[in-house]
Amino acid sequence: MKAGVVVFPGSNCDHDAYHVLKHVVEQDVTFLWHQDEDLQGCDLVVIPGGFSYGDYLRAGAVASLSPVMSAVKRHAEAGGLVLGICNGFQILLEAGLLPGAMRRNQNLRFQCRDVFLRVERNDLPFTRHFEVGQILRMPIAHAEGNYEDSHEKLDRLEAARQVVFRYVAPDGSPAVSGDLGAQWNPNGSARAIAGICNEGGNVLGMMPHPERCSEEILGNTDGLGLFQSLVESGVGVLQ
Amino acid sequence: MVQEPEVSPEIARTLGVTAEEYERLQKILGRDPNWTELGITSALWSEHCSYKSSKVYLREFPTEGPHVLQGPGENAGVVDVGHDWVAVFKMESHNHPSYIEPYQGSMTGVGGILRDIFTMGARPIACMDSLRFGEIDAPRMRFLIDGVVRGVGDYGNCVGIPTVGGETGFHRCYNGNILVNAFALGVAKRDQIFNARASGMGNPVLYVGSRTGRDGIHGATMASESFDSESEQKRPTVQVGDPFTEKVLLEACLEAMRTGAIVAIQDMGAAGLTSSTFEMAGRGGTGMRLDLDNVPLRQAGLTPYEMMLSESQERMVLVAQKGREEELVRVFQRWGLEVAHIGEVTDTGRAVLEWRGSTVADMPILPLTEEAPVYRRPLAPPSDLEQRQRAPEVVQPEDLRGSLERMLATPELASKEWIWTQYDWSVRTNTMQGPGGDAAVLLLKGTPIGLAMTSDVNPVYCYLDPRRGGMQAVAESVRNLACVGAEPVGLTDCLNFGNPERPEISWQFREAILGMSEACRALGVPVISGNVSFYNETEDRSIYPTPTVGMVGVVPVISGGANLPTSAFANRGDRVVLLGRDRSEHGGAAYLRLLHGIEQGRPPEVDLDAELRLAKLLRHLIQQGHLRTAHDLSEGGFLISLAEACMGRRMGVTVEVPMVGADLYSETQARAIVACSPAELDRVLEAAEEMGVPAAEIGETGGEDLVVKSGGEALRAPVAGLHEIWSTALPRALGL
Repeated sequence: MKAGVVVFPGSNCDHDAYHVLKHVVEQDVTFLWHQDEDLQGCDLVVIPGGFSYGDYLRAGAVASLSPVMSAVKRHAEAGGLVLGICNGFQILLEAGLLPGAMRRNQNLRFQCRDVFLRVERNDLPFTRHFEVGQILRMPIAHAEGNYEDSHEKLDRLEAARQVVFRYVAPDGSPAVSGDLGAQWNPNGSARAIAGICNEGGNVLGMMPHPERCSEEILGNTDGLGLFQSLVESGVGVLQ
Repeated sequence: MVQEPEVSPEIARTLGVTAEEYERLQKILGRDPNWTELGITSALWSEHCSYKSSKVYLREFPTEGPHVLQGPGENAGVVDVGHDWVAVFKMESHNHPSYIEPYQGSMTGVGGILRDIFTMGARPIACMDSLRFGEIDAPRMRFLIDGVVRGVGDYGNCVGIPTVGGETGFHRCYNGNILVNAFALGVAKRDQIFNARASGMGNPVLYVGSRTGRDGIHGATMASESFDSESEQKRPTVQVGDPFTEKVLLEACLEAMRTGAIVAIQDMGAAGLTSSTFEMAGRGGTGMRLDLDNVPLRQAGLTPYEMMLSESQERMVLVAQKGREEELVRVFQRWGLEVAHIGEVTDTGRAVLEWRGSTVADMPILPLTEEAPVYRRPLAPPSDLEQRQRAPEVVQPEDLRGSLERMLATPELASKEWIWTQYDWSVRTNTMQGPGGDAAVLLLKGTPIGLAMTSDVNPVYCYLDPRRGGMQAVAESVRNLACVGAEPVGLTDCLNFGNPERPEISWQFREAILGMSEACRALGVPVISGNVSFYNETEDRSIYPTPTVGMVGVVPVISGGANLPTSAFANRGDRVVLLGRDRSEHGGAAYLRLLHGIEQGRPPEVDLDAELRLAKLLRHLIQQGHLRTAHDLSEGGFLISLAEACMGRRMGVTVEVPMVGADLYSETQARAIVACSPAELDRVLEAAEEMGVPAAEIGETGGEDLVVKSGGEALRAPVAGLHEIWSTALPRALGL
């Protein structure tokens, strides 16, 4: 598999994604510059976390209009794999590759801590290595991760099984909103949504950072399965 | 054009230049200065830039060591950490701006320290912040706390440098003057280090980054004055931060450095273009000609005076190799940054500034930088020193559990999680141990080693006995590093004091430095960089002397991370051992201060030999993989450290100790709590005996409660309840 990590001015998890792909799951990886429309034959495009263009205006808004994103859209439409992490998820929403929008975290503060996720489906190239219902511990680090959409659209999202990761309590019980639930739903996301995919299942956006928990030496390997799944999916075009 | 004031000794005084300094300037120039020249001199000779009241004492610091590649004097210090890598680090204060405008003040504090690191050619890998606030109920304090925390977070988070720890204290002495000390660590390959020495006649001087505006004019001068009730009016002297530009500037500079076309580089920090150009030429023994018409401006109409003194952020000056400018311009433009050619290096030894066809300043550089005034201010101990140091009456706690709960509920000892969850501490995927422990540990990818960092000082100890307080700050930092198995390689500092023109303050300053120096020598830690912040006073009330220590250490072998202990109890049935000798020492201790309002006595003795033995033992035990938990004893003594070790992962413990009552809170130094598996216990005790450290097995982890027996059962408290008190106290006190 060949992977490309997009670099926008202000991306700051680009090296982290590159590191895991290159040195942990040992794939061919390259950086993709935001002004280039050539994806260099990558099977997987990773849009990393960070503060593209400082998140000025609105998180992901400016980056979604850059030349590389036109190429990423074509790649996605052709069934190519796209993974957006944190700011990358925000950019995918702004670019219209995924439905919905982000609001600021409910407590209006940046939050960096471990959260717990339930895997909602494992029939995607991103989640093959997980079990349905498996609980993962993963770090988050964001100020705008409060996913929102209209009731009808959220219902449709659920019906189409597009919710891939959901915030839960450590024992897997639901992270409902309100004082108690808010502890486990760290940003107030609608239906505790942490990650969603498109209808085709080849574009995934998620707020937690799997690349920060894929190495034993960092004390947590719960994110590794996502990268291993991608490697196993081999070439990226979904059959 | 704005009419510039007529230059006179009186007008010089309003810029902080004394009558003698004005005469000195006249002598150096051989004539009267013009307005621009006077402005430049006021900045260069400000306390903040010239260290004129601190220089004579700073010479006491040991600054050399086998691993030191660059000591104080550059943008940051450099230490060899082996495997072809160097660590570059520095700490700097941003106290005055943060008190006036906390969000922008703390943002630009972080921005400035990051530039100091990447200016040296190093990639910043972690930050820490040492924050001192006043009482939470003091006027403006909630606003200040919220603003500072948001500012630190928004800047570091956006640039993508993890904030991996720090310290936060609360004391009424900071009600009118908070402290924001930012500490940054970077790494580079040994041969990639850059310096800021302008050389090569005819080499072009380039300006990169944000445009110059009117923000921050005279910031350095402001930082060299005390506060009064008018200080909030000084908001225009506070700079405005733009972390996005910083991030782009960081990447572009590191890339530009790799072209080999950069001769010297320096950021525009305090006193902006003035200090960067004068310092670069001064260090290189060269001169500089600047064409101010080419300085990129945010708005039209800035005068030379304003351009030279603006402290607009995210700007760099660099000297390029003549003929290779274009290579650099291409890199910067690729990152969307503006580059301007603003002058040349000359061999005249003078700074010549030209603007609109005339020379607006012509000054010799070395006399202004090297022969800046140096003061040996009068010294005298505070008149009430004897009273301060009188041994306190030790009030015994009537209800031990109640006293513990009340201690844990104070902002001073409460969990700081509410603060550090607002900082991204895991970006860059190097953070093995983040905030909340004794020291942070970062992987150095591609090597078997880790780098540890910590910051410490106890201002109350320093108030009661600045020499001992200075020693203690160094000793505790070494102990914190030892608790993660790290050997210290260097120290940076932020020396926050009041007005040095008062004999009591200068005395405190000298005493603290003597204490720190003695500890540095005994513990083998060189001082490689630092910063002095004087005039931390509001309406004649000075802060307590606060010589913040930042220390970096090397963890020699990180084998899969498995041998690193944490500061919390991690396994049931682990044996708990108390290292060090217990004594009854309550001078300046948290227990008397927080629960009984008694703040007196001499702070605990600092036995540097004992500290050295303890640190060696801890490093040895950790390297051998014998320990699962290591946590040093500091503020609040044994009982607070024990409770912290329990609350970290909500694990109970039962211990039996000879200490009773208030002595459970004694702050005797050179002690640590460690825990190991039962199989390792003998080895731990044997090693302690061999290395001359008193050690006693005091109990075992497990259960739901923290239980202390001394004779009979003295204390039993459910850990869950303690955790609830400790973890919610800070947001509760802030009214959130």
